[in-house]
Amino acid sequence: MSVHTLRIDGRDLAVPEGTTLLQAAREAGIAIPTLCHLEGLSPVAACRLCLVEVEGAGKLLPACITPASEGMVVHTATPRLQDIRRTVVELLFTEGNHVCAICVANGHCELQDLAVSTGMDHSRLPYRFPDRHVDLSHPFFGLDHNRCVLCTRCVRVCDEVEGAHVWDVGWRGEHCRIIAGLEEPWGAVDACTDCGKCVEVCPTGALFHKGDTTAEKQGEPARLQALVHARRHQQWDP
Amino acid sequence: MSPPRRTITIDPVTRIEGHAKITIQLDDAGAVETARFHVTEYRGFEKFCEGRPFTEMAAITARICGICPVSHLLAAAKTGDKILAVTIPPTAEKLRRLMNLAQLTQSHALSFFHLSSPDFLLGWDSDPARRNVFGLIAANPDLARAGIRLRQFGQGVIEALGGRKIHAAWSVPGGVREPLSEETRLRIQAGLPEAFAITERALGLFKTLLDTQLGEELGIFGNFPSLFLGLVGPGALWEHHRGAEAGCGIRIVDSAGVVVADGLREDDYASFLAEAVEPWSYLKFPYVKALGPEAGSYRVGPLARLNLCERIGTEQADRELLELRQRGGRVVTASFLYHLARLIEILACLEQMQQLLDDPTITATHVRARAGVNAHEAVGVSEAPRGTLFHHYRVDENGLIEAVNLIIATGQNNGAMNRTVTQIARHYLSGERLTEGLLNRVEAGIRCFDPCLSCSTHAAGQMPLLVELVGADGQLRDVLRRD
Repeated sequence: MSVHTLRIDGRDLAVPEGTTLLQAAREAGIAIPTLCHLEGLSPVAACRLCLVEVEGAGKLLPACITPASEGMVVHTATPRLQDIRRTVVELLFTEGNHVCAICVANGHCELQDLAVSTGMDHSRLPYRFPDRHVDLSHPFFGLDHNRCVLCTRCVRVCDEVEGAHVWDVGWRGEHCRIIAGLEEPWGAVDACTDCGKCVEVCPTGALFHKGDTTAEKQGEPARLQALVHARRHQQWDP
Repeated sequence: MSPPRRTITIDPVTRIEGHAKITIQLDDAGAVETARFHVTEYRGFEKFCEGRPFTEMAAITARICGICPVSHLLAAAKTGDKILAVTIPPTAEKLRRLMNLAQLTQSHALSFFHLSSPDFLLGWDSDPARRNVFGLIAANPDLARAGIRLRQFGQGVIEALGGRKIHAAWSVPGGVREPLSEETRLRIQAGLPEAFAITERALGLFKTLLDTQLGEELGIFGNFPSLFLGLVGPGALWEHHRGAEAGCGIRIVDSAGVVVADGLREDDYASFLAEAVEPWSYLKFPYVKALGPEAGSYRVGPLARLNLCERIGTEQADRELLELRQRGGRVVTASFLYHLARLIEILACLEQMQQLLDDPTITATHVRARAGVNAHEAVGVSEAPRGTLFHHYRVDENGLIEAVNLIIATGQNNGAMNRTVTQIARHYLSGERLTEGLLNRVEAGIRCFDPCLSCSTHAAGQMPLLVELVGADGQLRDVLRRD
């Protein structure tokens, strides 16, 4: 396997071919924020939080899907990138109805953590207050579209790991939303195995266990990673 | 030509929780015709809760208020219990009661020491810039500190149980989220002796003031016959939490002590209560349906609860209750004695907290029942510091809220507050001159009821004070403002 050498934030690194910039940075202890990305699921580069500056690239590149290449010089935390990341978080907050105080994921929410880490103490953009609904038709779980950031982790985990493919993204533009089956109530979709993986990987309070109240949801993406690792390597013992 | 009719407006009313103004309408002869207490904020909780899961209602409705969020937490959780159709574990019931007792204690302490005592202790005509809790600290630092300590105790119990002082998401449909640890039980117990001592001292002080300086206020600050409504427990004991499901019920008495209705179920509230709407206030006017808006006007809150019960059931509080009845009659009609009723209730709360904490089952760990949606409509009731609180939800088959109605304690005292303002204005307004003393007394009359307008209109904020004189032709003639 060939090795590429590159420089990230002034540090010279050597990584195997095929390594993404995100993997390279994280292995070197350089933090790049992500939201849609989750180890164990295929990357989609949807959220744009991991954008980095690559010298000579001419545009910003998402670290989660950009492979490291020989001689790359990468910057992950310039003032420009920091402003862009904060703006992305502001867009996510203003585009939905995120009310942390009453949310099941309060205190355990990746969007909330991103607001803190990007310094979003208020939004510079007006809130849109879209009219969205809550689907409680499933016997065990609920989906609150108000809190969905369209990261598609649920879509991917259901398709790639559970193999049920209950979820998709329906509609276009500002009307985009996660749909179950062919836009049916979740509880009416026979394909759902009630496994709850989508709830575990959801970064916000959009997918939750029915009956959970404020701050009671604690998603466990690490369980997904353990499962994916075990399958890949056929190592089922801890 | 007769002099024009005039209206005096006090806007905003201060040292209450929420936004309000008062207008005093004068007749052609310059005498007080009517006085109105206007609540000028609108919040719309009943509307924006629609479409939310009923399990969120405790957290959402607690945000109505930062003073008495516990009342909404409990009423919402109790309504949720009925939607689940479960009987919650006995320890959960006791822990909820413990939190409500702490809530009554801290809220009554706030009302008496921080908001109202500057009036009694510094005088109606004292400088308004100093007639507040800071003036009290300067004039009587020990009492001010004691009041703050007492409120701190109540808040501390709420925090110990729920994890935070305000908006603790602890009481949920089916019970409570966390049991009480032995360590916390001991910590709360350790705070009780000081809380008892402060309350006994305040009671002694206030009774002395009533005997020496505040006699006139008893007759003028909202002293009139009316109905009283609230929960009573089995054997007509004082009750603050349990509803019809626990053998308790809503009782209505008139000022002669006649029990007009008893054992009413909160689920049936719409059959015996109705709400009138006036165009000049966002605060509705509930009344006893069978008697109509005038005769059916009633009072709720500490004084009502003490008027309704046969006894409290704890030794010290019952002794004080007896003394209250000797002072004001079996059914006390003087709204000024709401202040004394608050102090007696604090004593009752502390005694009942002591009993609950001595109960060995209070630290049991089974505190939450779980179930799905088993009922589509439910009404929960609780006695908030200011009076009886109803939450009424209708949900779809999955538990999404379709309709909400909240009947708030302060709203139920609306008619009484208007009568109180009118009575005070008639007595103290002479000629056309507006005096600080008049405004202060009118405001203090409102304060007897410790209104929480944040809750009652589901509004929050702080208030300035504006008095307007409006002629019979509707033109503004004079303004007195205090910011």
